Amino acid sequence: MPLPFIVAWMPGSRKRVPPRPAHLPAGATDFRSRLAGVVSIAWVATGASLAHADRLAGATLAQQGGGGVPACMACHGAKGEGQAAAGFPRLAGQGQAYLLKQLQAFADGTRKNPQMAPIARSLSAAQMRDAADYYASLPGWRQAGAPHTPSAQYAQGLKIATEGDWTKEMPACFACHGIAGDGVPPHFPALAGQPMAYTQTQLNAWRRAQRTNDPLGLMQAVAEKMSDAEIAAVSRYLENPSRPGEEK
Amino acid sequence: MSFRTWYESQKRTRKFHPGWIVMTVGGTLLVAGVIAVPATLVAETAPPPAAAPSLPGASGHGKAPGEAMPKVIEQTPSPARLRNAKAIQVDFSPPSDEAMPTGEFGKAVRLGKAIFTDTQTYARQYVGNKLNCVNCHLGAGRKADSAPLWAAYGMFPAYRDKNKHVNTYEERLAGCFRFSMNGKAPAPDSKEMVALVSYSYWLAKGAPLGVELKGRGYPQLAEPSQKPDAARGKQVFEANCALCHGADGQGTEMGGRYVFPPLWGKNSFNGGAGMSTVKNAAAFVHANMPLGKGSSLSEQEAWDVAKYVDSQPRPPDPRKGKSS
Repeated sequence: MPLPFIVAWMPGSRKRVPPRPAHLPAGATDFRSRLAGVVSIAWVATGASLAHADRLAGATLAQQGGGGVPACMACHGAKGEGQAAAGFPRLAGQGQAYLLKQLQAFADGTRKNPQMAPIARSLSAAQMRDAADYYASLPGWRQAGAPHTPSAQYAQGLKIATEGDWTKEMPACFACHGIAGDGVPPHFPALAGQPMAYTQTQLNAWRRAQRTNDPLGLMQAVAEKMSDAEIAAVSRYLENPSRPGEEK
Repeated sequence: MSFRTWYESQKRTRKFHPGWIVMTVGGTLLVAGVIAVPATLVAETAPPPAAAPSLPGASGHGKAPGEAMPKVIEQTPSPARLRNAKAIQVDFSPPSDEAMPTGEFGKAVRLGKAIFTDTQTYARQYVGNKLNCVNCHLGAGRKADSAPLWAAYGMFPAYRDKNKHVNTYEERLAGCFRFSMNGKAPAPDSKEMVALVSYSYWLAKGAPLGVELKGRGYPQLAEPSQKPDAARGKQVFEANCALCHGADGQGTEMGGRYVFPPLWGKNSFNGGAGMSTVKNAAAFVHANMPLGKGSSLSEQEAWDVAKYVDSQPRPPDPRKGKSS
């Protein structure tokens, strides 16, 4: 809420203010923007919501970068929706604690990633928290109009995600990640709506111990039981999962 | 010119005797035989190149029940099983969901599975806590060593010490509702009970009747070397269980549904449930917890954490005050 106020108040950003209605007298814009600025500063200064302040800083980081750090949105999309073709994950709506932990893991190497490691290392602890707060505040994945295209691979993915395969001690994804893969904060991230290439890469990273930041080694234990075909199938399914009861 | 006159004339020339043809052909065959026969013998004694390795326990999985022939196997004497070890157990794999029947019986089987995995929705009026059957019977009642339905079905009717009479399978299920679900049992002819029995029967299709199947119940642990201790158990709990079940043991709820079940308190099983016995809880925990990492805790840790969980407050045993 205060973000547009601040933008409107900042010098040089007048053009972002919507055109003044004709019935307003001259000078009203000035008054309005100043008032908005005073209100927003007062609002932030009272510390009514520290998280809000973090989100603002996080939004700036996400959209403009800062201190040598590229803008997050360059890869993760304008609304944090990710980039399916490149396999960059969706961040919007992901749990705050999870996002923060991942940034720390990129920095300390428990999650190996050539793109994210240098970025995470140049972020301060406060910046990490800001970015995590910001993306956690954005709306999460919602199934957009078009449902999946049915295929044998999708059906196999559905079965793995909802039932797992206990003949090889492989639990269902949704047993921990929530009924429809919506995530169970703070430890279990949302899976629904992640690009296929991303999920596939992560499952392989666990299998090859390139990612070792999971609590109790739970995810590693699952991934090492999965075949290539199972990883592909479940990644395909999770890109656009059906809601419970939609099948059958 | 006939062959015979040609033969006679050739004999007389003394340059080429036709007998040489016979000798050449005969000699070639002889040499070929000397090489070929031992080669055949060598090939026969060598091991067949593509002997498919057969994995124990994986046999028959995913096939129609008729194809999965139960096979008698020697039980491996793991310490976890020594306590109630039977001389032999029978391997069995339940049919896959794709083989679920259609028609009215199919509907009952499907409803049974729905009740089993989402008891809170499909058998709401019989449940007095926040648990679902699948919390203790993992994999929709399929997982071996997690009290699978297919291994229980063929073992009833049976005498039970718990109530001192012969129980039908329906009565056994009723016990689950009364104690583990802290609720009241559906009547034997109710649609819920019929559905649960149908689902169990279908999962057990093709299994021999009245025979101990491998993976039945929870594999009982040997007596612990140290007496189970709740204080040690608390540490095990905080390190391995609190992540999902919460430090307060109240589980994790998301959107009105429990992703991870509450382990004590008013939303959990009551004092008459099998899981409220340390021995059973330890066996379950050791074989199945943390989810996907069964047998990763030591047996002593399992005993201790079971002792800790079962020493927490929970709804009382409904039989209290009556003769059990």
